[in-house]
Amino acid sequence: MPAVQETVDQVRSLDVDQYKYGFFTDIESEKAPKGLNEDTVRFISAKKDEPEWMLEWRLEAFRRWQTMQEPEWARVSYPRIDYQDLYYYSAPKRPTQLSIDDIDPEILKTYEKLGIPLRERDALLGIESTGGSKVAVDAVFDSVSVATTFKEELAKAGVIFMPISEAIREYPELVRKYLGSVVPVTDNYFATLNSAVFSDGSFVYVPKGVRCPMELSTYFRINERNTGQFERTLIIADEGAYVSYLEGCTAPQRDENQLHAAVVELVALADAEIKYSTVQNWYPGDKDGKGGIYNFVTKRGDCRGDRSKISWTQVETGSAITWKYPSCILRGDNSQGEFYSIAISNGYQQVDSGTKMIHLGKNTSSRIISKGIAAGHSDNTYRGLVSAHRKATGARNFTNCDSLLIGDKCGAHTVPYIESKNSSAQFEHEATTSKISDDQLFYCRQRGLDPEEATALIVNGFVKDVLQQLPMEFAVEAQKLIAVSLEGSVG
Amino acid sequence: MALLEIDNLHAKIDGEHGKEILKGLSLKVNPGEVHAIMGPNGSGKSTLSYILAGKDDYEVTDGSVSLDGEDLLEMEIDERAAKGVFLAFQYPVEVPGVATMTFLRSALNAQRKKRGEEEISTPDFLRLVKDKAAGLGISQDMLRRGVNVGFSGGEKKRAEILQMAVLEPKVAILDETDSGLDIDALKVVSEGVNALRSPDRAMIVITHYQRLLNHIVPDFVHVMHKGRIVRSGGKELALELEANGYAEYQQDAA
Ligand SMILES: Nc1ncnc2c1ncn2[C@@H]1O[C@H](COP(=O)(O)OP(=O)(O)O)[C@@H](O)[C@H]1O
Ligand SMILES: [Mg+2]
Repeated sequence: MPAVQETVDQVRSLDVDQYKYGFFTDIESEKAPKGLNEDTVRFISAKKDEPEWMLEWRLEAFRRWQTMQEPEWARVSYPRIDYQDLYYYSAPKRPTQLSIDDIDPEILKTYEKLGIPLRERDALLGIESTGGSKVAVDAVFDSVSVATTFKEELAKAGVIFMPISEAIREYPELVRKYLGSVVPVTDNYFATLNSAVFSDGSFVYVPKGVRCPMELSTYFRINERNTGQFERTLIIADEGAYVSYLEGCTAPQRDENQLHAAVVELVALADAEIKYSTVQNWYPGDKDGKGGIYNFVTKRGDCRGDRSKISWTQVETGSAITWKYPSCILRGDNSQGEFYSIAISNGYQQVDSGTKMIHLGKNTSSRIISKGIAAGHSDNTYRGLVSAHRKATGARNFTNCDSLLIGDKCGAHTVPYIESKNSSAQFEHEATTSKISDDQLFYCRQRGLDPEEATALIVNGFVKDVLQQLPMEFAVEAQKLIAVSLEGSVG
Repeated sequence: MALLEIDNLHAKIDGEHGKEILKGLSLKVNPGEVHAIMGPNGSGKSTLSYILAGKDDYEVTDGSVSLDGEDLLEMEIDERAAKGVFLAFQYPVEVPGVATMTFLRSALNAQRKKRGEEEISTPDFLRLVKDKAAGLGISQDMLRRGVNVGFSGGEKKRAEILQMAVLEPKVAILDETDSGLDIDALKVVSEGVNALRSPDRAMIVITHYQRLLNHIVPDFVHVMHKGRIVRSGGKELALELEANGYAEYQQDAA
């Protein structure tokens, strides 16, 4: 398949270090003073020109956070994070979200290097040459959104797609109604921290009966040193609406670890559907496990209306530590939740990821397909919860967790929890763990593939069911990433 | 100089107490020739094919193998493939989730790239596979399925021949390609193989039974026993073996 070929080309074109997004953009930035206290929260809120209610909301979260303990139940270990030794806000000095020509050219270049054109003209050119479909992009650089494309075209369809900081000012009723309604301020340590200090992220509202005319996407880039990124995404699909949203992320290569604690909330009202896809490629650290992003993320979707549907698809290849459980609350009757995941770990990466499917409504159904691939010295855990509430008559779940081990120094673990308070619930669970066999490698190599090509091909076969869930352009991207992140795992 | 030249090859199972399997095997194969290697089970036929392909489980302790004058034993597995060594496996391996079509294309392009050739274009590739698959009775559906996944014994063998047809090797080694085939399947597979006979291609056909050699008529027949070629002759040797069995060899070994 051509994609595998491209993959291998890409692997070859890389230097010793496989992470190709590890460059740093030298621009002038404005930061909040180091450390975290009420003044930091006030600083961020003031920078964003926020209404008083928003500041109060943040301060409440901050006070709450001070009383909380960092969770320790995940199968990951890392040195204590010194929360006072971080910057919580960093923004390019030049004003952002103006006309595209006023954006710092260095930033435009950064996104070009990442393959994300911020000029609509360039984006359209890209589409013409690749035959792809149109994607609107919100580009978040450290703590602020620097540009959002195709905004006007979307506005014509009634779709609101803008930085959340802007939405707080322009659509305060919508934001107030839904912010924190899926992931409460008090939900967990990292979500609470995010609630206090989140700086930017995307806001999407698709009105009743509207099918969003293009894919929406946010591209997150951490640039500044010692800076945490705390983005906040809120997506609302009103009754009968449909939206497909893509999220991508990268960061420079650095020796120290960096914290990324995001919160994503999805709300699907009756008959609405949200498809949320992530290709997570934060810097994973070097081959000895030095540096890399701590990715502590809370993602949750609420199928609030009857017959609504939320589908998470994730390809996780980056980060030193991933702690992430995109979940669905199946509140509406006949609502559906899906979780499709590919999690690859290599080197000294630690992944603890999975999902929660909380069945509250009648005849709700959920489907979980998880493919974990562990190579090098990495640890890869699937952690999942499927629960049926007393009233969730006819709830159904199908779970399939497959793990693939490459080499013998890595670990794969499956931790499924099932709770059913309704006797009519039907939950099915399948799990397998396998290794790439010597026979498979020999067979592929006998046909002319080198060890890396062979491994990439076998792994792509292993994750096929999930790759098929991704929008086309993303699937190709993901396939490339898989090969890149497995580099050095064989031989 | 022969295309493939095996000289006094000794090999053992890798590891400290690995058993010696090949004990001084010599064979010369010229372009255009078809050599049959026959012999009782356990005589080392598959081992020979694996060693030629470069499988890691064995250690060559003496002797040499050259391909076009180059030291074959020094080459990586995939390098040998790109130089034209093809092994049709006795037990083809499953690669779940990778469509046969995808597999073929990745393999062909990997080989081409190693040889410094251009990748094949999509239309050319599709035409090539369609042509070759039709002759072997391989359906489009089979090409879309995972490599060897859920294939019947006969389908697996036909798929191996399809791969050989697409990859166009210089030296093809067919290990027990007839095993598990009924007579109709045997005919289809043999026709596929015969279609690939050419003045610049050599074949080594490993088989336990003479039956296959009625369909793929060899130029030379060798009897292998206990890791050595103990007798060589023309195609009539196969008939003699069919009549008398391997008892003669097994006895003198005892
Ligand atoms: N990887 C291996 N490990 C242990 N024994 C092996 C291995 N490969 C082959 N053998 C042994 O070597 C001998 C020759 O086997 P093989 O080459 O498969 O013979 P044939 O194909 O002629 O039946 C047999 O005794 C077999 O058990
Ligand atoms: Mg054999």
